[in-house]
Amino acid sequence: MTTTGLPGSGFEVTVDGVAVRVPAGQTVAAVLIAEGYQGWRRTRRLGQWRGLSCGIGVCFDCLVTLNGSPGVRACLVDARPGDEIITEEGSGFASAAV
Amino acid sequence: MPAPPSEPTGAGVDLAVVGAGPAGMSAAVTAADAGCRVAVLDLSGRPGGQFWRWGPATADGRFHHDWARFAALEERFRRHQQAGGIDYRSGHFVFALQLASPSPPAFLVHAVADERSRVGVSLTARRVLVATGAYDRQLPVPGWTLPGVMAAGAAQALLKGSGVAPGRRVVVAGTGPFLLPVAAGLVRAGARVVAVAEASEPLDYLRRPRVLAGSWRKLPEAVSYLTVLARYRVPLLRRHAVIEAAGQGRLEQVTLARVDRDWRVVEGTERRVEADVLAAGYGFLPQVELLADAGASLHSDVDGSLVAAVGTDQQTAVSGLFAAGETTGVGGAELAGLEGAAAGAAVAAGLGRPVALPDASARRRAAGLRRFAAVMQAVHGVQSGWTGWPNAETVVCRCEEVTLADLRAAQDLGADDTRSIKVLARPGMGWCQGRMCAHAVGALLGEVGVVPTRRPLAQPVPLRVLADLAETLSR
Repeated sequence: MTTTGLPGSGFEVTVDGVAVRVPAGQTVAAVLIAEGYQGWRRTRRLGQWRGLSCGIGVCFDCLVTLNGSPGVRACLVDARPGDEIITEEGSGFASAAV
Repeated sequence: MPAPPSEPTGAGVDLAVVGAGPAGMSAAVTAADAGCRVAVLDLSGRPGGQFWRWGPATADGRFHHDWARFAALEERFRRHQQAGGIDYRSGHFVFALQLASPSPPAFLVHAVADERSRVGVSLTARRVLVATGAYDRQLPVPGWTLPGVMAAGAAQALLKGSGVAPGRRVVVAGTGPFLLPVAAGLVRAGARVVAVAEASEPLDYLRRPRVLAGSWRKLPEAVSYLTVLARYRVPLLRRHAVIEAAGQGRLEQVTLARVDRDWRVVEGTERRVEADVLAAGYGFLPQVELLADAGASLHSDVDGSLVAAVGTDQQTAVSGLFAAGETTGVGGAELAGLEGAAAGAAVAAGLGRPVALPDASARRRAAGLRRFAAVMQAVHGVQSGWTGWPNAETVVCRCEEVTLADLRAAQDLGADDTRSIKVLARPGMGWCQGRMCAHAVGALLGEVGVVPTRRPLAQPVPLRVLADLAETLSR
């Protein structure tokens, strides 16, 4: 993948527990794609992989668990130092525990 | 994660602007220039909208068009922010507009303030402008839910905002001039664009020479993209579409085919192409949910999308509620900017501030851009033949994973309108509330026209936010 961030600047986040160095100002979705992920959530009925779809906060397909909060739209939030990004399974309603 | 309760409804502003794209920014600076106090609530982290989406890696504007225009607008915007005339609230999604008083108008604007913490925020405003823009219209084809298949706007946002290309081998498909900047941006970022498939016939523009002649200023932009694509030898396929995507867990191949005038596949022209990304967009769907729910009248535009009806002052049927940019008809960033400025001036004038209303040349320019937009929407109109592309197993509603077979089964049970289909088969009842699939469900079931959907909440909202809101309002 092509990343055009400034070399040297940046910070660490983890993706499913693995440390990753990322440039500042990238969305969580961009971090995942730059790391080689295309899909990072599996659906609850058909178990399909999903990743970035609309890319601008409309479709809710790109959900991740961010620092323990499920159902976060990866396309909307910029990654911050120390973020724990966890790929998701299911409905995106994990916190509802139904 | 626990979150603090909603902010109490604070001191009101003269104008609340929803969305900080070209329309919202222009409105905000125009109204602030005239002395109005403006709050701008924006889903993104930085002003600019989708057209001028940017980040630290792309702040030099190399993936952008008209960056100098943005730089000038952003400078004015920032100066008002520093002076206190504009309160820019990034990361806010507005989920409801409440008319607190019809005359003089006063609105309560309800938002969730941060995708991470999801805190509720409400503010009061004497006027509201909805400039929420639009998103790509997607057409369901076999395999379109595979990771790697994304909206053309998603590829563009990733590139413009984060400086990241979505993959290595990309097919860009759909209809409309927007495909060109998307493809050009991707090749500039180092991705290989295997093909650009345009389902319509761009030569149809030549049938409207008069409108074209009036829009000559659009030409250099188109030529600049075509030059980039020619330099990288990107094949531009007219009347071609991607009718299938395939891969194990992620996109590996797409099927390209020639289509006729009605977008039916020309048999025998199908061919498979390796690709890890498909960036697709069949025009745009304006985000009119807030307007619909607030009672603005909507009508169907040339391209069949629902848009708000506004007067020359950009005011909707609801007094004090304005709309500008793509929410009043997809017409591009320049028109959005002119409409935003007109709305900002009308708001200021209505509040008794001294302000210059758009002059004759601005009005003429806007009218010309609207004429061009109507031609563009007609040339690139979605044709019904696409309904032959999905098969029975194709997921139509991505959220609830409803296949075309599920929809047909509901139809066989006697459901003959979208509402009954929704109740029986659940399309449109998931996270996105039908934004992605409603148009497709309607078309696949042979429904004529679009049914406006009114939703009390324009986006999914945590119950906690609503509970806090109820408490705040009862105080």
